[in-house]
Amino acid sequence: MTATSARKVAVIGSGPSGFYASEALLEAGAEVDLIERLPTPFGLVRFGVAPDHPKLKSVCQNFTQIAGHERFAFFGNVTLGRDVTVDELRGFYDAVVIASGSSTDRKLGVPGEDLRGSWSATEFVSWYNGHPDFRGRTFDLSCDAAVILGHGNVAIDVCRILSKSVDELRQTDICAHALEALAESRIRDVHLVGRRGPAQAKWTAKELREIGMLSEADVVLGESDLALGATCEAELADLRGVAAAQSFKILRTFEGRQRERAKAIHLHFNLSPRAIEGAGHVERAVFDRCSLSGGAFSQVAEPTGETVSLTAGAVFRSVGYKGVATDGVPFDGRSGTIPHQRGRVMDGAAPAPGLYVAGWIKRGPSGVIGVNRACSLETVESMLADFADRPSQAPGRAALRSSLAARGVRPVDFTSWSRIDAAEVAAGAALGKPREKFTSVDTMLATAFGGVETVSQPCCA
Amino acid sequence: MTHVVTANCQACRFTDCVTVCPVACFHGDEERLYIDPDVCVDCSACIPACPVGAIKEEFDLSGDEEEWIQINAEKASDLPVIRSKQPPLPTADARRSELGLN
Repeated sequence: MTATSARKVAVIGSGPSGFYASEALLEAGAEVDLIERLPTPFGLVRFGVAPDHPKLKSVCQNFTQIAGHERFAFFGNVTLGRDVTVDELRGFYDAVVIASGSSTDRKLGVPGEDLRGSWSATEFVSWYNGHPDFRGRTFDLSCDAAVILGHGNVAIDVCRILSKSVDELRQTDICAHALEALAESRIRDVHLVGRRGPAQAKWTAKELREIGMLSEADVVLGESDLALGATCEAELADLRGVAAAQSFKILRTFEGRQRERAKAIHLHFNLSPRAIEGAGHVERAVFDRCSLSGGAFSQVAEPTGETVSLTAGAVFRSVGYKGVATDGVPFDGRSGTIPHQRGRVMDGAAPAPGLYVAGWIKRGPSGVIGVNRACSLETVESMLADFADRPSQAPGRAALRSSLAARGVRPVDFTSWSRIDAAEVAAGAALGKPREKFTSVDTMLATAFGGVETVSQPCCA
Repeated sequence: MTHVVTANCQACRFTDCVTVCPVACFHGDEERLYIDPDVCVDCSACIPACPVGAIKEEFDLSGDEEEWIQINAEKASDLPVIRSKQPPLPTADARRSELGLN
């Protein structure tokens, strides 16, 4: 493909799936414009990955390398639907890839879910990771015990952040405002509660092992918690159960541990949330004790009739994320995803021409960062097949630029983001941490456009 | 800590793992793949991607598998990065059956 006939593609969302789609498109000779609502790139790597997992965040270096490609441009601070519409983009580009992720949380659907003191893990994670939309939230951590609902990696992240000492967290890129609030936390007991059994937990072995190695907290298991039925045994022996078997091995090492440290992480299985109760504020979470029924890999939790109550002043609901609809794009509200066939957006039975989808908004909110690479590769493969030998018809970048300019929108390009990046790293260095994130869009923009190298109190701006 | 490709990759080389690696840490020769421990970010995405369960966290290796730590490190440094899925070796299916993993 020569430069003059390069396909022009817009990718919406600069998280992992957006960057991996961009990478594959650039390798195929396309010109790629990556559009992002915030002035900062990297999506959930910035706002989701836990601050005490710095190694995972090093994928940002790979993304930065992708962004350095001569046919790539970043358009940060551009909101879809307000600054430009999907229909306009479809006119400007040969193809549009929606990679907007799953930005909201799934509801539990039980009474008391919205009581004061009951939050989604999404809110809490976004807050301690400095997402501008969540900067104003407050979390009352003055109670003794917290319940975390869900047995996935996000639930474990929340559990770890609540169980680590502030001194341990101080050296991470956790936001200053969160560190201050966590320093005041009186939570000593964290209950990590799952609806199904130890063989069905969705966390990865590595995350589970980590909570067994904390300096200030012990993992505590109930006596018969790890008893498995024959169907669970069969799941763990199956190749599809490799990850669960690995995690089960680690759970076994937790058995019989005594509480010796100040804090405890209590693992609970087979408890399905029934209600969150309290007079104006969370006081307890009530569960149906369940047993599993059904065949291997499709077992469901059925109430046994017994109820269990856990006293807690805070509840974090970590039962999954959900995508939100984009104007002008088909959407399945039930699954919170965009209907597709191998990445081609489907409008009823027919593909929507020039419209593609990648990442969590395509296949739902599961899978670690790298899984999105395979997902984006599939999407790009479909797109390239659709392009066949048809030359590019689209005006591409120039059309987007002039449209944004006409609306008075000033996009943040990758060089401008580098200024934010450098200023955040400098602000962090002053505090002995890798980075102090800016949490207000105004500060980000002032830094991006003003060429300011450091900002004294970024979190208070 | 790192992840390593162990014995099961030999004669298979399915390469599904490389498509889910976020950081391009896989290297390969004609026979199998290796992980560069200096590049791997320990995300574990590759573990379930391998059809023959060849990839393990360093932490989960049995005593006689520990030799793979050094083999992966040494081989990876000399061999090219593998980023794209390639056809498995002709012996792959036979090997998978032999491992009892069909």
